[in-house]
Amino acid sequence: MIGFILKRLLSFIPVLFVIITVTFFLVRLAPGGPFDQDRRVSEAAMQRLLEAYNLDAPLHRQYLDYLGGVIRGDFGPSYRKPARTVREWIVLRIPVSLELGAYALLFALVVGLGAGIVASLKPNSLLDQVPMALAMGGICIPNFVLGPLLVLIFALWFNWLPVAGWNTPADKVLPSITLGAMYAAYIARLTRGGMLEVLSQDFIRTARAKGLREARVVLQHGLRGGVQPVVAYLGPATAGILTGSFVVETIFQVPGLGREFVEAAFNRDYTMIIGTVLVYATLVLFLNLLADIAHAWLDPRIRAQ
Amino acid sequence: MRHILLSTLLIAPLLALPACTRQEGNDNVLHAGNRSEVQDLDPHLVSGIAEFRALGALFEGLVSLDMEDLEPVPGAARAWEVSPDGLRYVFEMQPEGRWSNGEPVTAHDFVYAWQRMLTPTLAAEYAYMLHCLKNGRAYNDGEITDFSQVGVRAEDDYTLVVELEHPTPYFLSMQIHFAWFPVHQGTIEAHGALDQRGSPWTRPGNHVGNGPYQLADWRPDDVLRTGRNPYYWDAENVRLDGVNFYPISNEQQEERRFRRGALQLTYAIPMHRIEHYQANQPEVLVLAPYFQTYFYRFNTTRPPFDDQRVRQAFGMAIEREELVGNVLKGEEEAAFFLTPPDTVGYTSRAQVTTDVARARELLAEAGYPNGEGLPTVEVLYSASETDKIITEALQRMWRENLGVETTLLSQDYKVYLDSMSALNFDVIRSTWLGDVYDPVNFLECFLTDGGNNRTGWGSAEFDRLIEASYHEVDPAQRHEYLHQAEAILLEEAPITPVFFQTQKYLKAADLLGLTPNFQGFIRWQDLYFDRPAGTEAE
Repeated sequence: MIGFILKRLLSFIPVLFVIITVTFFLVRLAPGGPFDQDRRVSEAAMQRLLEAYNLDAPLHRQYLDYLGGVIRGDFGPSYRKPARTVREWIVLRIPVSLELGAYALLFALVVGLGAGIVASLKPNSLLDQVPMALAMGGICIPNFVLGPLLVLIFALWFNWLPVAGWNTPADKVLPSITLGAMYAAYIARLTRGGMLEVLSQDFIRTARAKGLREARVVLQHGLRGGVQPVVAYLGPATAGILTGSFVVETIFQVPGLGREFVEAAFNRDYTMIIGTVLVYATLVLFLNLLADIAHAWLDPRIRAQ
Repeated sequence: MRHILLSTLLIAPLLALPACTRQEGNDNVLHAGNRSEVQDLDPHLVSGIAEFRALGALFEGLVSLDMEDLEPVPGAARAWEVSPDGLRYVFEMQPEGRWSNGEPVTAHDFVYAWQRMLTPTLAAEYAYMLHCLKNGRAYNDGEITDFSQVGVRAEDDYTLVVELEHPTPYFLSMQIHFAWFPVHQGTIEAHGALDQRGSPWTRPGNHVGNGPYQLADWRPDDVLRTGRNPYYWDAENVRLDGVNFYPISNEQQEERRFRRGALQLTYAIPMHRIEHYQANQPEVLVLAPYFQTYFYRFNTTRPPFDDQRVRQAFGMAIEREELVGNVLKGEEEAAFFLTPPDTVGYTSRAQVTTDVARARELLAEAGYPNGEGLPTVEVLYSASETDKIITEALQRMWRENLGVETTLLSQDYKVYLDSMSALNFDVIRSTWLGDVYDPVNFLECFLTDGGNNRTGWGSAEFDRLIEASYHEVDPAQRHEYLHQAEAILLEEAPITPVFFQTQKYLKAADLLGLTPNFQGFIRWQDLYFDRPAGTEAE
């Protein structure tokens, strides 16, 4: 197991190297630079700015310098927000994104598991079809549509919740739902599938025949097997929630890493773009590794391999 | 075991639930919307209006301005004298001037700050503002390295002597700009080198300023809190306990927070809410003229806008009054010239006109009767809802009045700027916000090959007039040069003005002392709340 983990960790290095390289050169292809503004600075001033940030050096030189910095843990300065380095900005933003991700995952689990269990109890009844139709809707509606829709209904029409922000508990409701909705829908469908399979098995019939209460049959015996597909899905779902939050963070003005990433892209803040991409890439790699470890731990057949 | 795993997954996020936050509003602190997060709190390294506002609370230049008439009033300097040729200023510093750490603010601090600002390796974007100092540009460009040759020196701790390259009638009014603010040498050097960008001296706990307020806390994307600076020379006349700046880029969210009472001053107001406030709460709505013009640039380097007649025709076909009256709602004023009216007494004599018949004639003379044969004209703007509405209105006017079909193209802001600089457009939406309260600030953009020209147009006569205005001491003659220059600009039409923008924001009815002015300048120390005693307690 340790050998397996070490091997996977080593494989991260070339992956991250390729990601840094591709991002580094791609961002330079976009028109405009970090210091372009409506009020144009003179050629001489622009030259001084480029020199101050080593942006006047040949591109390959800048690339090697940047790589050297990354190896030392230095992601460089932010060009548009010099008050902090890229690393400091990332450290400041990550907790917010993690908090949003945690609420979204919580919402996805509670709603998804609940809907999935209810649907599996009476297949093809209204109790099954309504939640499953909603779940299909949840999967199909992208969050950049769902977010403004929820704002329109709950913030502007009913005036129940704030339009945007990240200060009060009320601020956190709509972003979390928007981010978690699609995952709730997947989890509902996975739970329903898993539960239907388990509930049709012999040990469940035995449990019922022995006169156990239905609630106990479903929640204790059924659920244990029924949630297996959901557990396997949690790794990719968490990765998706954490890396997919940039749309939601932008819609709701949540000061997380996703919004920083979007702003950096608009500002052509090269170092900030690469830094955030690198963090996201690392998160996805680690979460997938965790999912694989959890899978192996739950399934002895995989562990044996 | 699996139950534990599952329940941990379920419960963990609950533990992270935040504590309820305090509702702002009834303390003697002004809570102000500030649109975007400030880039930094180092006055030499920032650009932008959010920074202009916040740094105005934390620092003070040699002179400040009266919000009412924009006339200079004492700031870090108590008094000043100007030589008759307008080239030499002698400032007498405030004897009571203190930094927020208690140390005296001296003439040497300004010499140090301006040297830092002009140091080439600091690469300050606004260093050009100090180019009016004698040898300021030469030092900034690295042509000379001895700062004593630059026109600023401290005769003693409390006497600052400034020499200028050429008469600069707006020199005093420029001092409210952060580019001229002093910085505390000891603090800068305790946290890094003179030319280090992004040093930690601007963090809470490290920051030292000389303004009426001092930095209390800075939580990026949340709030920038300031509190009284007890050492400020005029501290007894500062009436608020602090000003908090909130970076809220969403106008609707800002307006809702204002309605809830969490903000007493906003940065902007959503266009669609203006009518509501006009009808129901006119006392909190501020609509005031602004030092900003909305105009379109033509690309004069390629057909069809290399032909002056086509440019004039497009300009004459814009019904500006209709646009301002029916499309925009913020009491903007139709613009028939570039420099906003009554800029330090200057209002352009020359004007463009709206004359559809003449516009059609001009287009026909240029070889495009009724727009026939005209290549497809693309109108470029940056992705913004307001710009889209305005550009669509113009598209309709050009179609109806000239028979010309135009296509509209919106680009991401940086791409749009890149297109503008590379002259990769036919017609492009533009604005100019004056950073110096003087008409020349608008006109000098269009000097041949000037960085902000971006039309490909140039006129030797225009350049000569602007250059002459730089050296003219007599205000009337100086304005005369500018009148002539603006007439050339409007006649040859590399640009066509559309409207003068307004400041649009909300101000609580009990917030007093704020006089809206042309420059959007707020003297935070003059603001106060008119509240009955007893409500100030939290």
